Amino acid sequence: MADKKYIDEATGTETVGHEWDGIQELDTPMPRWWLWSLYATIIWGVIYVILYPAWPMVNSATKGVLGWSSRGELHAEMAAVEKERAPILAALASTPLEEIAKDERLMQTAIQGGSAAFKVHCVQCHGSGADGVRMGSGYPNLNDDDWLWGGDLASLEYSIKHGIRNPDHAETRQSQMPAFGEILSGTEINNLTAYIRTISGQQKGEISNATKILFANNCASCHGKDGKGGREFGAPNLTDKIWLYGGDAAAIRTTIEKSRQGVMPRWGGRLDDVTIKMLTLYVHSLGGGEANLAKIVDEDKGKAEAGRAK
Amino acid sequence: MANPASPPVQETQLYAARTGVYPKAVDGFFRRFKWAVMAVTLAIYYITPWIRWDRGPYAPNQAVLVDLANRRFYMFQIEIWPHEFYYVAGLLIMAGIGLFLVTSAVGRAWCGYACPQTVWTDLFQHVERFVEGDRNAQIKLANAPWGIKKAAKRLSKWVIWLFIAFWTGGAWIMYFADAPTLTRDFWAGDAAFVAYGTVGVLTAITFIFGGFLREQVCIYMCPWPRIQTAMLDEKSLIVTYKDWRGEQRGSVKKAEKNPDAFGDCIDCNQCVAVCPTGIDIREGPQIGCITCALCIDACDNVMAQIGRPRGLIDYCTFDDAEVEKSGGQAKPILKTLLRPRTLIYFAIWGSIGLAMLFTLGQRTRLDLAVQHDRNPLYVQLSDGYVRNNYTVKLRNMETRPRQVELYISGLSQAQIWPSEGKRGDYADRLNLTLPANGVTKLRLFIAAPGDGAKQENFNIGTRPLDDDRGGARRGDSDDVIFERPVN
Repeated sequence: MADKKYIDEATGTETVGHEWDGIQELDTPMPRWWLWSLYATIIWGVIYVILYPAWPMVNSATKGVLGWSSRGELHAEMAAVEKERAPILAALASTPLEEIAKDERLMQTAIQGGSAAFKVHCVQCHGSGADGVRMGSGYPNLNDDDWLWGGDLASLEYSIKHGIRNPDHAETRQSQMPAFGEILSGTEINNLTAYIRTISGQQKGEISNATKILFANNCASCHGKDGKGGREFGAPNLTDKIWLYGGDAAAIRTTIEKSRQGVMPRWGGRLDDVTIKMLTLYVHSLGGGEANLAKIVDEDKGKAEAGRAK
Repeated sequence: MANPASPPVQETQLYAARTGVYPKAVDGFFRRFKWAVMAVTLAIYYITPWIRWDRGPYAPNQAVLVDLANRRFYMFQIEIWPHEFYYVAGLLIMAGIGLFLVTSAVGRAWCGYACPQTVWTDLFQHVERFVEGDRNAQIKLANAPWGIKKAAKRLSKWVIWLFIAFWTGGAWIMYFADAPTLTRDFWAGDAAFVAYGTVGVLTAITFIFGGFLREQVCIYMCPWPRIQTAMLDEKSLIVTYKDWRGEQRGSVKKAEKNPDAFGDCIDCNQCVAVCPTGIDIREGPQIGCITCALCIDACDNVMAQIGRPRGLIDYCTFDDAEVEKSGGQAKPILKTLLRPRTLIYFAIWGSIGLAMLFTLGQRTRLDLAVQHDRNPLYVQLSDGYVRNNYTVKLRNMETRPRQVELYISGLSQAQIWPSEGKRGDYADRLNLTLPANGVTKLRLFIAAPGDGAKQENFNIGTRPLDDDRGGARRGDSDDVIFERPVN
């Protein structure tokens, strides 16, 4: 028994001599091509180590004769993307704002590029949904149809480029409402507050002639006789439902007493013209855009319908 | 394990070269069946991409096409969109259960007849016989020293193999693009790199697997035989050598002298000679057996020659083997095939197929998905209305453009307008032209008076304005929410 080799009866193959629950392992030789596959992977590995960065050193790793690196690949990819984007950015630069919507591809690029730029530069004040950081906080909602300085493409581009009440910039949008706390008495301010809340439909009641005269003397020069505001001064419409700083009595009183002077930086020096164009088109597309773009759609409504169907 | 009584370590060979397998040509029922399966499967594989199917100007004219770029799958009149991928899942489940069904009924029939490795190996072996001659000539050539004659034969064999392999890889890519265009581009050097790469890889794999690795793939690489073998039971038909009838083996002469001592097997080794995986079926069921049944043909031919009944090697179940061993009669084949297990598998398999056919007939080809924009939830407009924004996706899955009306209902005094349009130009509906075979995405603005419930449910739906295929099939609709500020 001692000299007997372990031979499996069924196959005639030697076993390795182990046994688990009556199951024995046959000592079948491996196919030779399998060994070749192993050698092939070893050769592959050696070639790979020579060609590519492999061995870690103290500060970096071996470079590999191909000189490949993931950072280099990234640079190459970035360059390729920039090269690919160059023609469409050039087309955006040379096309007038009002014409861009006619070219679907340009428009798409502009909206997407504008959306991306908005998320970097504008969300801090206007919020990621462009509806202002908080209602009534003084950061205007760009989705609505109320525009202090105009909501057509040219006005939007001007606002973005030159900013609002931007100090040290001559072309910025400028308007000044006096702080009436030093000019009018508390009762007068309260009366004006009630008057404004009445013309905006927030409360009902009779307004005295004295208050009407008070409004005409102090407010109408900017906000208009009927309180509907005026874009030449960036004066808000006091009769509508949208309030930049809140429409309740306390908020309106504070506004009259102390005046509010929101500031938006000018982006002209920081962003290039194409980015500003894209931002303009994006903001215009949010739903409150006015005038000229809609005019193009009007002119060619059938085409717009067909275009949407694409 | 270090038992002092165990034998000294032998010089075991760790690696062994492949033993050449030179299967002999054979004729018979199963060989002819195998020819038929090969002809049908190869014909389907090579010809299918060239079948045209007119779908009009908006969809490709290839009957079977996997259009990865546009994410469509066309199969004759059936089109599968990405969101209908469950049909593919259903087919995979059917394939799985189909495998259970076939394996439990007739063993590893897939391995023996339909597996691509088997089909192409068989084809390559046929080429080999055509060039080098049958088994004996092949063995002689293999052992002969290299010379002009051997080199010429080997070279011509490899060239034919390469041609078939190339054709195989070439046919594969035809399923993924318009076949005539791709063929022209391929030879003009204009095809995508991936086309050349795929053809190259598939050519190499077919050439090496079908020409050189052959049964090595089945025995060492493929997990399938392990799975399939586990799915057999004692009632499955498998290729069996009936040792109770064949043993003791002996030549015809010996058996004539002493009929009682010898069985029907005359040890002619024909069953081994014809086996494409080089096994001896008389050693019993084993992993190398792909149940191609060529040994049955070979043995039956020999039995006919020596005037003994056929079926010494035959399809037989384990249960029947026991019965026959003790002198009984095996069950008829039909009874073996129709038993609860196979019937249950067939019922499941069939009901999945029927369910898929049913849903295929019922599915809507005009699909609407509405998403309420969450940022911002709503927009206060200056005249007291509140606007909500929606992203609407319309899938026109028919291969013709459609005229559709998009309407809203259940929201009083609502105004609707597309993002490029102007408020007030549309009432509560707008007309759209949907392109054939495509997705239309649009931003929709809906405004309603601001003094209402904080949340209101309403319905956005589509109504086909053109003649509708299939009669009164309605468009899709979706329930959505309208949000207002808290008062």
